[in-house]
Amino acid sequence: MWPIFHKFGSPPWLYAIAGAILRWLLPITLLALVTGMVWGLLFTPSENVQGNSYRIIYIHVPAAVVALAGYYVMALAGAVSLIWRMKMADVAMKAAAPVGAALTFVALFTGAIWGKPTWGTWWVWDARITSMLILLFLYLGVVALYEAFDNKEAAGKACAVLSLVGMVNIPIIYKSVDWWYSLHQGASIKFTGETSIHPSMLYPLLLMIAAFYALFTCALLLNMRAELLQREQRTQWVQKLLSKDVVN
Amino acid sequence: MYFDSLHAALDMGGHGFYVWTAYSVTIVMIALVVIAPVLRRRRFLRQLAGQLKRAQVATAENTRGER
Amino acid sequence: MHPVRKQRLYLVLFIALFSSIAVGLVVYALRGNINLFYPPAEVAAGKAPTGQPIRVGGMVLEDSLQRAPDSLAIRFKLTDYEAAVDVVYVGILPDLFAEGQGAVASGVLNEEGVLEATEILAKHDENYMPPEVTHALENSAYDEKGNAK
Repeated sequence: MWPIFHKFGSPPWLYAIAGAILRWLLPITLLALVTGMVWGLLFTPSENVQGNSYRIIYIHVPAAVVALAGYYVMALAGAVSLIWRMKMADVAMKAAAPVGAALTFVALFTGAIWGKPTWGTWWVWDARITSMLILLFLYLGVVALYEAFDNKEAAGKACAVLSLVGMVNIPIIYKSVDWWYSLHQGASIKFTGETSIHPSMLYPLLLMIAAFYALFTCALLLNMRAELLQREQRTQWVQKLLSKDVVN
Repeated sequence: MYFDSLHAALDMGGHGFYVWTAYSVTIVMIALVVIAPVLRRRRFLRQLAGQLKRAQVATAENTRGER
Repeated sequence: MHPVRKQRLYLVLFIALFSSIAVGLVVYALRGNINLFYPPAEVAAGKAPTGQPIRVGGMVLEDSLQRAPDSLAIRFKLTDYEAAVDVVYVGILPDLFAEGQGAVASGVLNEEGVLEATEILAKHDENYMPPEVTHALENSAYDEKGNAK
């Protein structure tokens, strides 16, 4: 266990392994995204009440699910960097923030578009929607806070604390539709109890959720590679990498 | 395919505008999330490679000058 | 574990715990305001204020929808199967608005206990079914869970 943990602390190892993972994960992810979108848009039946507007579910739900999960990744990385002062955890935390912000934005934007034909409004200050907006501000806050500091070590600490404090929001988002009277409907895919979505619609949705998880992983690794290179530009391994690149 | 024609798929029973806008924006955001770090890394590699080359030229000139 | 790291771990747990407690208290203090709407039972019990804008949400009672023949005015009952609230509204309704479906009406409660709505939103549930399946289920002797009706 510990040797692996220490390897994650090694920038050249992480840079290389991220590159190796991306080489096969990125094509698979893009293929899964395209397959899922085409399946959801063109090969699933329409919905009894909502007609075809429900097809937005195939991007709205995966984006929202992974935006929530991504926050745990960011906050956990922040905690590891606070406790063990592990530089690579700080890199992961910084890399997760813009990706999470993008996914939260997608969830909010597609939700607004979906709300217009179904609920009759783009926006309502509902518990679920408002807490999701707070999530977007938390992600953007981490991005902005990091940039606001000149001292990157202090920036990392401040961002880690912010993401830890913001973690309270995640269970609130998740349970908001159960705790309060809300316009937003409850979860269709349940861990306990009956899933209330027809299999012909469930399978493409599950594919899209998996694809969005993979997308988050890819974007996280891509951001980490870029960040590693920038931070470690004066070290030997980057110089070696460069001379190899220059020769080729 | 669920729809009978391309037109029916674009129209989606009147909801076409909503569905296709949502998907277009999502695709743009996915592209952004993937391409931005790739471009950032490439820019750095180029920048660092330029620095390295200049450094090499400088050392070469210095050694010539010493002779 | 190294004592310094242990100390930092406690700091992290402290941050997480106390921010949770702080937010929990805020949420508890605001519990009434976070609800988007009042259910009809609370309106019937007199918990909803009259004369100021509120929202009432529930199911549109079957056979309660009355449309004016010459205008967009409508009248219907919202119910949570415990109590019902009369709603009057003039305007365009969302596509999904129908009897037996959920709806949220925002407006002002008058002295007779009728909600004079200025906006109607449709609320849908978390069930997603293709139309053919729904029709098949309606005609079948079993419901979607396989129980005899």
